[in-house]
Amino acid sequence: MSENTQVKLEAEVQGDVIAAEEARPSRLQRLASSQVLITLGFLLVLMVVFSLMAPGQFDTGSNFTLLAQNVAILTVVSVGTTFVIATAGIDLSIPSGIILGEVFAAQALSRITVPGGGTAVDVQASDTKASYILVALVASLAAGLLLGTLNGFIVAYMRIPPMLATLGTLGAGLGVALLLQKGVNTASYALNPVATGHLIPGITNLVLIGILVVIVGFVGMHYSVFGRHTLAIGSNDEAARRVGIKVQRHLVKVYIVGGLASGFGGFLSLAYFSTTSVGGHTTDNLQAITAVALGGTSLFGGVATILGTVIGVWIPAVLQNGFIIVGVNPYWQMIAVGFVLVLAVWLDQLRRRSQNRR
Amino acid sequence: MTSQPSMEPAGGPDVATQTAPPALEARSIVKTFGTVRALRGVSFEAFPGEVTALVGDNGAGKSTLIKILSGVLSPTSGEVFVDGRRVTIADPQAAARMGIETVYQDLALAPDLDAASNVFLGRELRRFWILHDQPEMRRQTVQRFRELGVGMVQDMRVPVASFSGGQRQSVAIARAAMWAEHVIIMDEPTAALGVIQTAKVLDLIRTVRDRGLAVVFISHNLPQVLEVADRIEVMRLGARVARFRRGETDVDRLIAAISGAYTNEPSIDQATGGAR
Repeated sequence: MSENTQVKLEAEVQGDVIAAEEARPSRLQRLASSQVLITLGFLLVLMVVFSLMAPGQFDTGSNFTLLAQNVAILTVVSVGTTFVIATAGIDLSIPSGIILGEVFAAQALSRITVPGGGTAVDVQASDTKASYILVALVASLAAGLLLGTLNGFIVAYMRIPPMLATLGTLGAGLGVALLLQKGVNTASYALNPVATGHLIPGITNLVLIGILVVIVGFVGMHYSVFGRHTLAIGSNDEAARRVGIKVQRHLVKVYIVGGLASGFGGFLSLAYFSTTSVGGHTTDNLQAITAVALGGTSLFGGVATILGTVIGVWIPAVLQNGFIIVGVNPYWQMIAVGFVLVLAVWLDQLRRRSQNRR
Repeated sequence: MTSQPSMEPAGGPDVATQTAPPALEARSIVKTFGTVRALRGVSFEAFPGEVTALVGDNGAGKSTLIKILSGVLSPTSGEVFVDGRRVTIADPQAAARMGIETVYQDLALAPDLDAASNVFLGRELRRFWILHDQPEMRRQTVQRFRELGVGMVQDMRVPVASFSGGQRQSVAIARAAMWAEHVIIMDEPTAALGVIQTAKVLDLIRTVRDRGLAVVFISHNLPQVLEVADRIEVMRLGARVARFRRGETDVDRLIAAISGAYTNEPSIDQATGGAR
């Protein structure tokens, strides 16, 4: 038994050493090493630099309001696709979701007859009704639900790699939108109040909606059982399966979240730009994936941060806005974002490698 | 088939000491894959408060038997009893509901989640229906780790990927111990571990056993089996060929049993009975 006791002692000593090693980094130090803080620091440095270079132009309230409005729709779809990427998936069909969201909303509006002739799609912003807006919203979300369900089914049950599955639905969705619209866009001012009104004085509705979506996404990812299971599947789907999580069913739900975010983005897009945009939004999927990766969500799944995604949406937007204001050719923005993206993913990989070394 | 109503061990010496029914018992299990007979009427018992080691060469059917007992596979014929009640284990979730937890060889943890999130994965404590109660899950995990002597309560916020292999295995075993009411099945829990980490995990196994659970322990490491097991059951060619109590055997005898040179069971044909 003395041998046993000795082994026990050794084990305890070893345990203490490990505990001491890992007790050392404080919560602050751990935060400092997280990618969210690195990217937030980068964003703040950008803002300070542009403010110093263009005082009174970049650092004005109106410029920030403009920036916030410009990124709102991308923020909505990026929050949605953060869930998809957290499962180690990818959703290239975001443009389809947005355009189908616009088209479904416009087509729904054009089926509502307005007293005094015409349809709801043609009413002026001042004559619109909450019921028209609600019908358009339901139509947009239905488009997102359809696309998301299809994506989820193909990925989870047909086991097609997400990149190919959503590449397929990207093309197919755009085709459906063009067929429904017969290749031409529909203008509508009926939803304008959704984007440009001010429910809360001083905050454009579009920005308010973006903030609400971020809050819902944040709670959903970090504090809900749904988010926990999403991260678990991204981290080790076999482990999730063994503890009884219905992995396939959950994946379908995650792609539905992505689809709903895209469809809702289409609703907002129609409200903000007053027209459908078949043939537009072609790089929204890549912009959203860039934002998510910049923010520190791992493309390998299991690690996700909604606040990081918000920062990741802002960095390219601030670069573009700042370059224009200080007179640098804005094409440099694309080059800068490209390199920053590669750098961010590289940092993520380094962090993962050092973490898994032991 | 029920050609053997009661399983009297051929060796006999443990009959007097066994009064409680086995926490987990398999009787005359046959499992065929097409024309291959992986299990040829194997029987197996694990008692509460004991570590039962299951040994045998590769292909002896250990893994198949374990998969049946943990609900991953269904037997072609034969019976399984949990706490003396006959059961059908349809899937791993059914096994979990019956109080049987399995610790897999390949560490079925989500490496990016912290220890508490892994311990409660799929069984999250909730508040407001859809949210998880992380502080309470963390508190209960810390408490359980303390009880089991798993010394890493300072590291509750870091992903388990940053743990050593031994610590990760400890998390997996602690999770099983938290949810198992009757039986923990461990498939080579120390296979990937170093010497000191292995000692820690073996200690943890003893702690779990002393709390009254039946521990089923599969290992190829015979000295380790002799060190930790209260009973040893030896499988060969899909059937049980020998049973020993602690102190009754040594490495040479075990190797003889594993290779077919020694048996203290009725012959396979007899054990299989009419199942063929």
